[in-house]
Amino acid sequence: MIPGSEAVSAPPVLSVRDLVKRFPGVLANDSISLDAMPGEVHALLGENGAGKSTLVKCIYGFYRRDSGELLIDGEPTEIRSPQEARSRGIGMVFQTLTLIPALSVVENVALFLADLPAIPKLERIAAGLETLGERYDLKVDPWAQVRDLSIGQQQKAELLKLLLSQPRLLILDEPTRVLAPQEVQGFFQVLKRLVDDGLSVILITHKLNEVLECADRITVLRQGRVAGQVERTDATETGLVRLMFDRDLTIAPVSRSTAESAEGPPVLELQQAYTRGEGAATSLEQIDLVIRPWEIVGVAGVSGNGQKELGELILGSAPCIQGTKRLFGEDFTRRSIGDVRRAGVAYIPENPLAMAVNPHMTVLQNMAITQTRRYSRRGGLSIDWQAVESDTELTWERLGFRVPPHLLARSLSGGNLQRAVIARELSHEPRLIIASYLTHGLDVQSVHAARAALVQARDQGAGVLLISEDLEELSEYSDRMVVMHAGRIVGDFRTADADIYEVGRLMTGSQFAYG
Amino acid sequence: MSKLALLGVLSSAVFSGASLLYATLGEIVSERSGIVNLGLEGVLLVSASTGFAVTSLTGNPYLGVLAAVIAGGLMNMILGYLVVNRKANQLASGLALMFFGFGLSALIGKGFVGAKIVGLPRLAVPGSSGLPKLYASLLRFDILIYLAVPVAIAIWWLLFRTRWGLGVRAVGESPDTAFASGRNPRLIRFQALWLGGALAGVGGAHLSIAYAMNWTEYMTAGLGFIAIALVIFSKWHPLYAIAGALLFSGAVAFQLLLQSSGIQVSPFLLSTIPYVLTLVVLMAWGSRRRMAAPAGLGQVYEGVE
Repeated sequence: MIPGSEAVSAPPVLSVRDLVKRFPGVLANDSISLDAMPGEVHALLGENGAGKSTLVKCIYGFYRRDSGELLIDGEPTEIRSPQEARSRGIGMVFQTLTLIPALSVVENVALFLADLPAIPKLERIAAGLETLGERYDLKVDPWAQVRDLSIGQQQKAELLKLLLSQPRLLILDEPTRVLAPQEVQGFFQVLKRLVDDGLSVILITHKLNEVLECADRITVLRQGRVAGQVERTDATETGLVRLMFDRDLTIAPVSRSTAESAEGPPVLELQQAYTRGEGAATSLEQIDLVIRPWEIVGVAGVSGNGQKELGELILGSAPCIQGTKRLFGEDFTRRSIGDVRRAGVAYIPENPLAMAVNPHMTVLQNMAITQTRRYSRRGGLSIDWQAVESDTELTWERLGFRVPPHLLARSLSGGNLQRAVIARELSHEPRLIIASYLTHGLDVQSVHAARAALVQARDQGAGVLLISEDLEELSEYSDRMVVMHAGRIVGDFRTADADIYEVGRLMTGSQFAYG
Repeated sequence: MSKLALLGVLSSAVFSGASLLYATLGEIVSERSGIVNLGLEGVLLVSASTGFAVTSLTGNPYLGVLAAVIAGGLMNMILGYLVVNRKANQLASGLALMFFGFGLSALIGKGFVGAKIVGLPRLAVPGSSGLPKLYASLLRFDILIYLAVPVAIAIWWLLFRTRWGLGVRAVGESPDTAFASGRNPRLIRFQALWLGGALAGVGGAHLSIAYAMNWTEYMTAGLGFIAIALVIFSKWHPLYAIAGALLFSGAVAFQLLLQSSGIQVSPFLLSTIPYVLTLVVLMAWGSRRRMAAPAGLGQVYEGVE
């Protein structure tokens, strides 16, 4: 609801008029106009590459627009840098978080305070953070180093950082991407309270349910243009999808695993496995997990409870200090990551830019990087780029999406990056797929394609470990489900028999099922 | 070996350790902002020769120190122009700066080789007056030595307790994030380079005006490079740099001691001890996560598109 009719008659906090932004070879924003009203959540909806991020970066002074006007409170304004944007009360949370890993949370927050005294009192800022965290249920240890926090916690820190500077317009680039389901609800409560205080929010997202849940006004972008602008009261799911894609989506129902008792050894068998978490990373304890071929095993849990470490344990980047790890019937407890990968393990990590691609190489080079032996010619003196390209083309065709192959990985949007990683990991017929937060930053269409690819791999006999905080995704796609809490597996269900409230209870650790 | 010789060696270790500490602190400040200055050796030399020349001309060692500080800052401004404005490779630019410093310092110092100066006055260590005169004479240090540790603490405070220091560390970790926070990464890097150059200037001045009290070509003899290794040893932390400088000047003293004790090892081999220690430190510290360098070290800041 739009709180108070007087808010509607007030001038927009920010107006964009005919904004144009060109990159070499791409018209990213083609004469875009929109108004952000006080007391409103204005959603920017669109597919990956529709130009949402570019638009808000132009508003925030991170990019310079080529033409068009920005008006703040009806006055034409120049914003040449993020600093100017902030001094005018505009705050933004970027898609890739802008926290500095080597600094503590409170230092990161202090860095962004406009009125920071020359000799800052960090204790006072930390106290402020704790109060805010208490109020909005965004609890983070202010003195923890950011690199020791999980993505979910970092997101909280990022939000706190923004809230502390009391902006008038908040720009949020896919803020709920990394939050647990119950946290998303809490986050919407935060948004609602802020909007009730007269704040204006621009929310970038491609999750339709979020838009319908919390936006007051929706602008849909498609290929750099405004495809339509609707009030929430007039918005419907199908209408928005049509605006986003210019066509209707058909969603095929998910098939369940057909193989009742799978042949052959399990693809993964962890017995009483332990890892030692360094710093604030979670240590895994007493992990017993079996994944058979022809099955998708979902891992539910609130972020930071050992899911990331579980993936790393299987891949071998976190050593197994006790217990055994068997892959495809063979002992892999002490084998290298290279051995694990060559045995047919694909890994889609939770943070692709940091863990799966080299940002300074092109997409195509990144596609080849895990298969250098396969593509090397003349004893490793050259690489068969044509084979890389044709393999990549094939995979993209199969998955139904593509990524510009000759761009540098770091210049890709979050969604495109995730697509590139998914494409790479799902080519070459893996036998075990570890997928962490598979649908990070993906738009509706790519989400379906990526999930369909997993199901397809499963139907060809691969085992899949699907780590997610999206319970709907898990209950829809996994054949079996385990729940992680504090580095242990605290629940193991057949998805068909799982009670979602029981899963939620185990996730939050209110009671252990066993152990 | 006599106690006197031992004391003499330790005393000289304190002198060279002070120069080393100032140079290390300077490098820490610039590396914290993301710029590795391999030209430190050249900066030290130019400061040493400039400081010596000014002292010789004016007869005032304090003016000499001031001149050395300014010379050090200006030398770093050359590097700043290359790597910040021209976005040149930091390592190549640093090496070029070093060789430029070799030549420039020789040119500046040419007329002053063998000149006599009144160096910085030396003050007795409190409580040493009771000792025999010969011993006490070895326990007289100049003001820059007494200030070295307080300066290290001040630099720590500046980097870790002030707004400016937070900005410097942010720029060194992630220039883009620092920019997003409203900092000007280019300006901050210039400021950090200026401060780093000034501190190196103090180190260079101490070498020629207070310690050797003469000017010879290439008198730093690798001090700048040891300082760069010390930055890694001290994990880019000014307080650890104190311990590092003590350790390294101790190593220098140790090898001098071994040489003077008449041990049957080639003096050339012995004189490599500090450098071997440098290698050992680099090997032992490696790139363990907690030892990690500022993430933006060596990165060019590209600015907005």
